[in-house]
Amino acid sequence: MLEACSVTCSKRDRVLFENLSLGVKAGDLLYLRGPNGAGKTSLLRILTGLSVPDTGSVKFAGQDIKAYPSEYYQQLLYLGHKSGTNGSLSALDNLQFWLAQHGVQNNQDRLYEVLAKVGLVGLEDVPVRFLSAGQQRRVALARLWLKRAQVWILDEPFTALDVKGVAMLENAMKVHVESGGVVITTSHQMLSNEAGEHRVFDLEYRF
Amino acid sequence: MWKWLHPYAKTERAYQLCITLQPWFWAGALLCLTVGTVWGLAFAPQDYQQGDSFRIIYIHVPSAILSMGTYVAMAIAALVGMVWQWRTAYMSMIAMAPIGAVMTFIALFTGAAWGKPMWGAWWVWDARLTSELILLFLYMGVIALYGAFEDKQQAGKAAGVMALVGVVNIPIIHYSVEWWNTLHQGATISKFDNPSIAPEMLWPLLINLLGFALFIGAVTTVRLRNEIVLRELHRPWVQALAKQHVEGKR
Amino acid sequence: MSLYTGIFKRDLHIAFKQKAELVQPLMFLLMVVTLFPLGVSPAPETLQRIGPGVIWIAAILSSLLAMERLFRDDFNDGALEQYMLSGMALPAISAVKVAVHWLVSFVPLLVLSPLLAMFLNLTYDMYIALMLTLLLGSPLLSLVGAIAVGLTVGLQKGGVLLALLLIPVFIPLLIFATSAVDSAALQLPYQSQLAIIAAMLLLAAALAPFAIAYSLRVSQN
Repeated sequence: MLEACSVTCSKRDRVLFENLSLGVKAGDLLYLRGPNGAGKTSLLRILTGLSVPDTGSVKFAGQDIKAYPSEYYQQLLYLGHKSGTNGSLSALDNLQFWLAQHGVQNNQDRLYEVLAKVGLVGLEDVPVRFLSAGQQRRVALARLWLKRAQVWILDEPFTALDVKGVAMLENAMKVHVESGGVVITTSHQMLSNEAGEHRVFDLEYRF
Repeated sequence: MWKWLHPYAKTERAYQLCITLQPWFWAGALLCLTVGTVWGLAFAPQDYQQGDSFRIIYIHVPSAILSMGTYVAMAIAALVGMVWQWRTAYMSMIAMAPIGAVMTFIALFTGAAWGKPMWGAWWVWDARLTSELILLFLYMGVIALYGAFEDKQQAGKAAGVMALVGVVNIPIIHYSVEWWNTLHQGATISKFDNPSIAPEMLWPLLINLLGFALFIGAVTTVRLRNEIVLRELHRPWVQALAKQHVEGKR
Repeated sequence: MSLYTGIFKRDLHIAFKQKAELVQPLMFLLMVVTLFPLGVSPAPETLQRIGPGVIWIAAILSSLLAMERLFRDDFNDGALEQYMLSGMALPAISAVKVAVHWLVSFVPLLVLSPLLAMFLNLTYDMYIALMLTLLLGSPLLSLVGAIAVGLTVGLQKGGVLLALLLIPVFIPLLIFATSAVDSAALQLPYQSQLAIIAAMLLLAAALAPFAIAYSLRVSQN
């Protein structure tokens, strides 16, 4: 479904990876592993199209994402290091605006439902900057249940989450993959059995 | 049509090109500058109005023309880098920038020096001088922006955008400053206007123009070589080259 | 269309939550203008003579300060990344954000301008010319400025670098705007200056959004 064809990435004139090819099909959970500085975040950003690789291309359903971006972005959900929420707006406002931009029909009840599911009952109207780091992460995670997207690209999504949060997220990934979706994720913790079957891809640190 | 240029997208080929061109540029620059400057400063006829002080045009005019020319060349390099994603294009752009700025400074300095014997003031807000000053600011902006980024590829792209914004603005700035000057100075004739120039005066000017252009080329090739080596330090061909140098010295 | 009104509303909403950040550039403008009678001379004729230039220079400097917030928060908290992944056209998003920024910075300036005109002893005709040049020129400042803001948004240092990049580019606007107000002082027509500013504005309106989108992508890399 999604593939990286011979991508090369260099940051600050250091080559992180060269001519790397990677592919995922429906039902795959790909766990990207590697030490700090190996280029995991860079690879994920190239897969989303936010970063341009030095060589190579990324294809979704066989088509280059540069040529047909909107088809890809309709089916993509990306959670990066940054939360994507504005601190002075509430969780509810943030998600409403986000849904509007991504073209998802939104409805207040559903929003409240999902926010309750991620454990933010009573905190929906508070400006996000007053929430703890873990709570802010949960606001970002709420998107997983709000937008139907085939491809999930999650960069260290477990950061700041407590044990229950981690279990909830792993379960969500398993369910998504079982229903035909694709998850590419990276994390410093090992994925537990909650996440189900997964493939591992190791990125090495190049000197 | 531009196929012959494509191999130079690779830093190794560009480096080899610099090595080949360098001696020619230096030799040509030395020759033309010596001939042009000596001819202009010593042998060209005196201007009947301005006497000997006008001789500064043999330095001033070429440097002013080339300061503008180098900026345009920088912008072209930036465009090539943006459209074809060549690393060498961005490296050339930043290799040219400081020498272009120096040319602008020379033009300003010689322009001001020309003013002193004629108008008694070290600096006047003449249209041409003011435009050159603004051009110097544009150069400094591009260089400063490039320096502010850690990742030099990103720096090249950012500085490239500013170079293009600058190049679009140069004609606008030029005409607006000229117009501004007429508003505030009335009908005085700009001292830099040379309505007709005798051929004995023209030749040294053109030779110096060529000389300065070759000089800029020489310095650019040196800077480009350095930039390539610095940025590609990890490449095997650079390592081999460094080894050769070290062994050659022993 | 409703997608873009969504961004419009969001940015407006956020701007009103950050009122302090909006008011500060205006205070700066007022203070800079005040420096001139103090530093040069309070004589009415002098102030009228230098007034147009002073107001425009102060406007340029304060808009440089205000511009920094244009993409900064969205870049830092990742909202910009989400915009880029939403399938919406980045040039259009940039244009909407610049429009909100302009509204939020310009309307207060409009309200403040009679005070500035009074401080610098401008005549009524000069004031009208000043308003027209500000009306046409301030969107130009925002549009072209946003290109440089997009490039520097990822850098930790912003401030002075932004000014160094943009001041040379704003010089033609300064020249034509002050000339228009000076002509108004002499009861001369100034349509040609306004026309030139309008032409620059149209050129910027056509090209700047694409340049801004490219700048934002460069910063994201």
